[in-house]
Amino acid sequence: MIALSDYLIVAAILFSVSVAGIFLNRKNVLLLLMCIELMLLAVNINFIAFSHFLGDVNGQIFVFFILTVAAAEAAIGLAILVVLFRTRKTINVADLDTLKG
Amino acid sequence: MSFEKFLFYLFAALLVGAAVMVITRRNPVHAVLFLVLAFFNAAGLWMLAESEFLAIALVLVYVGAVMVLFLFVVMMLDINLAELRAGFVRNAPVALAVAVIMLGELVVVLGPARFGLDKYAAPAHRPADYSNTAELGMALFTRHIYAFEIAAVILLVGIVAAISLTLRRRPETKYVDPGRQVRVKSKDRLKIIKMDAEEKA
Repeated sequence: MIALSDYLIVAAILFSVSVAGIFLNRKNVLLLLMCIELMLLAVNINFIAFSHFLGDVNGQIFVFFILTVAAAEAAIGLAILVVLFRTRKTINVADLDTLKG
Repeated sequence: MSFEKFLFYLFAALLVGAAVMVITRRNPVHAVLFLVLAFFNAAGLWMLAESEFLAIALVLVYVGAVMVLFLFVVMMLDINLAELRAGFVRNAPVALAVAVIMLGELVVVLGPARFGLDKYAAPAHRPADYSNTAELGMALFTRHIYAFEIAAVILLVGIVAAISLTLRRRPETKYVDPGRQVRVKSKDRLKIIKMDAEEKA
């Protein structure tokens, strides 16, 4: 039988891979967005696994809302990316220093 | 090894493999396509955990909509890949170290010692006439109806924000303003002036 720890470890591996991805591709905003999507997927796998093993449907409700918010986030993030590229002709994070932060 | 366990390991291995490909590919289009593969295998894992509605929703919403949006944006942008890849090799040891340490800590906490089958027994399979969608709907539209409405508003805000951000106003193009066109009266167009007759010089 599949144990709860199996699901949790798969999600942990996925989360670690996406953290490594953020380190590796820290200049490319597009890949940073993709890594965030992967992280949210890892969290969702945790929710689904706990919902299954505890017999509680509320975990799946949470996943539903996370999916909704992540879809809105992806749409707005990509819109910002398009506007950014239109004005600066680059999506390199290092070049985004207009605010001198 | 049961067939279910085999499917679990297959989906999990493909999921992790696709995630690794996402973060290492040079071409962003390939990265997006591997992300599609990762989402698809995650949907398989969710199906094994008996949350069928969300598994199908993940395929429809993510693979069908969000990833296509990513592909559109990737193909629209003309990005200099070599410049963006700079520092990839230099960051690799740090990334690997952080990921391995984090994974080790997570496995210590989440491993079989605390969340194994002896602590959390695998639940019995649902009967064939059990509807995951119906149960989810019952919870969503009763206890969580307020959060559901807020989610709808968030999606609306997302639509408005995305459109208003990317809408390009071009002052040089000539276009008709329908509001002014409707409001116009005949006396604005034609003006009759009283004047005396003039003699030809």
